[in-house]
Amino acid sequence: MEDYPEMQGSVCPAPLPHNETIVMGHGSGGLLTQDLINRIFLPAFSNPALLAGNDFALLENESNFRIVVSTDAHIVTPLFFPGGDIGRLAVSGTINDIAVSGGTPIGLTASFILEEGLPMEVLAKVAQSMADTAAEAGVPIVAGDTKVVEHGKADGLFISTTGIAKISREITINGANAKPGDAVIISGTLGDHGMAVLAARGELGVVSQIRSDTAPLNHLIQKILQICPQIHAMRDPTRGGLATTLNEISQQSQVGITIREDRIPVRPEVNAICELLGFDPLYVANEGKVIVILPEPFVDEVLDEMHRHPYGTDAKRIGWVHAESAGEVHLSTRIGGTRLLSVMSGEMLPRIC
Amino acid sequence: MRYLDEFRDADLVKKVLKQIHLKTTKEWVIMEICGGQTHSIMQHGIDQLLPEKIELVHGPGCPVCVTSLELIDKALAIASQQNVIFCSFGDMLRVPGSATDLFSIKAKGGDVRIVYSPLDAVRIARENPEKEVVFFAIGFETTAPVNAASLLYAQSLGLKNYSLLVSQVTVPAAMHAILSSPQNRVNGFLAAGHVCSVMGYHQYHAIAEKYQIPIVVTGFEPLDLLQGILMTVEQLEKGTHMVENGYSRVVTEAGNLTAQNMINQVFEICDRNWRGIGLIPKSGLRLRQQYSFYDAEKRFSVEEIKTQESAICQSGQILQGIRKPHQCPAFGKECTPQTPLGATMVSSEGACNAYYRYRLTPVAKG
Repeated sequence: MEDYPEMQGSVCPAPLPHNETIVMGHGSGGLLTQDLINRIFLPAFSNPALLAGNDFALLENESNFRIVVSTDAHIVTPLFFPGGDIGRLAVSGTINDIAVSGGTPIGLTASFILEEGLPMEVLAKVAQSMADTAAEAGVPIVAGDTKVVEHGKADGLFISTTGIAKISREITINGANAKPGDAVIISGTLGDHGMAVLAARGELGVVSQIRSDTAPLNHLIQKILQICPQIHAMRDPTRGGLATTLNEISQQSQVGITIREDRIPVRPEVNAICELLGFDPLYVANEGKVIVILPEPFVDEVLDEMHRHPYGTDAKRIGWVHAESAGEVHLSTRIGGTRLLSVMSGEMLPRIC
Repeated sequence: MRYLDEFRDADLVKKVLKQIHLKTTKEWVIMEICGGQTHSIMQHGIDQLLPEKIELVHGPGCPVCVTSLELIDKALAIASQQNVIFCSFGDMLRVPGSATDLFSIKAKGGDVRIVYSPLDAVRIARENPEKEVVFFAIGFETTAPVNAASLLYAQSLGLKNYSLLVSQVTVPAAMHAILSSPQNRVNGFLAAGHVCSVMGYHQYHAIAEKYQIPIVVTGFEPLDLLQGILMTVEQLEKGTHMVENGYSRVVTEAGNLTAQNMINQVFEICDRNWRGIGLIPKSGLRLRQQYSFYDAEKRFSVEEIKTQESAICQSGQILQGIRKPHQCPAFGKECTPQTPLGATMVSSEGACNAYYRYRLTPVAKG
């Protein structure tokens, strides 16, 4: 007979909140990123435009239009991946951040941090891709800056872009404007970008056909705004995925949001890799998708318009907004259960077994 | 997706659920051993669909949660050394040791790498002959074969710069420990399907007999889990205590003999400390004497590190099914995935983490 331990142990170490140094999770777009913003940036820069908590800021002025501005730094390994590259990403990412305000993008700036030793050919290819994407979006790149750092001090090439849009005073799209009774639409399949980049790194030993969805969405967004200027909230679910972005909106608007698992569009190949690795596609990054939260009567018309656009062919209504459970997102599961859809805390990590 | 969608089919799920509701007449406490099963139960909301008389409690089958503080401190000591590339499954990076964690060591310049398989660590060793490459070999019988395979592969390549920091644990020993406890509440077990795919389920007959408890080998999809619960309830209601296989598309009685041979070739049984539980006799695997060359504890002289665990959180009681995550006063308040007090909150396979992520208010946040 073995002597088994008295099973009353209660052992745990003190918490490690990662207050001392930056860890990779601070860049995940999840709770750690939020914590960083709240502890370091908001106290330093606090002002009304920033405190609105959107990915863009509205700048008031004397003219007929208000100005929308947003900025985004882009890092990605590898620099080129199926469906895109860092150049297309840098242009699309910032255009989408300003386009979801409902404004019309009018110009971009770009600054480059280049690592010593980067082949000129690579830079030329990235610049051409930026030009092509900007031309597609109809937004000129009007100013820029270049810095070079010593070999080993950057990973090839980092690009930071800033975008400016103008917006009429009638449009009030805001993460804080979702209303009970609204419907939630997603413009297409989830998780394509994150899984395409992960597979392209070649560390997984899987060969996949998954292509990133990186794309500028300003034309799609303008089309649906023509049909429904009363859209309440719009946001592109990038890092942290659909789940994290919906949580931001539910908290900003102080509403509950429920989405239906069986309505969420995910490509079978994305689902397969996520299942294998233990990722949840609802938390994987997208770079060419938009969440639209709008009054119920406009849903069918807006969906029809989205389906006619190449970046909205798989658009679906996935959920609804309610007054109960304010600040929470719920998932109605395929088998009839309901559970919390929480914010990602740090980096998403593959499972063990 | 084949082999996935069928096992998430809403109509089939409803049929099995109906059977469970029909057959349940008394109160039963059923423990799923494996953290992957806990995760799946919460992810699909299965717990809310069961009769109130059935209580699911969550077992110690989360390898991240049960790896002892002492071994984590050893990992941290090795990963901090110059000239070391420390390779680990991702979840281990978040687990706090006595003073720091692997994420922090990485942030301060340590070469800590997340790998998806120990064979990736062998590749890294091959590509970096001037560096020492250490793989943190944690897990249950599921990871043991591939961890053993990595050592044999490194040996066949003649690599001298590869070693394992071993923290392998085994399921049957944990079941013995839980069932021997005077506080035990568990009436039936869902055995961990993936562990059984490697080890088979012949080991469980003795446990079922000794403790008069039904054990059903169970998979991970909603239909698998409900099928396992149904088979357990049927036995409990009838008063039988057999070992049954509810995951026959994957598991056989004998298991995967090639994998078992590989485990036996490289590892031998040892006593091991479980975080939150304490020393469980014959519950671990360590490298056999003839492979001690590949033992990172010996290579980096960390055998002397002895860490006492201090009592703050209740993960020990949660790992044994004595308490539920939301019954801990720190749950969702001081203790969240971002600031975990206990390892059960760290890993996606940990019960507290699954409750935090998936359970609805008001229960969810205490």
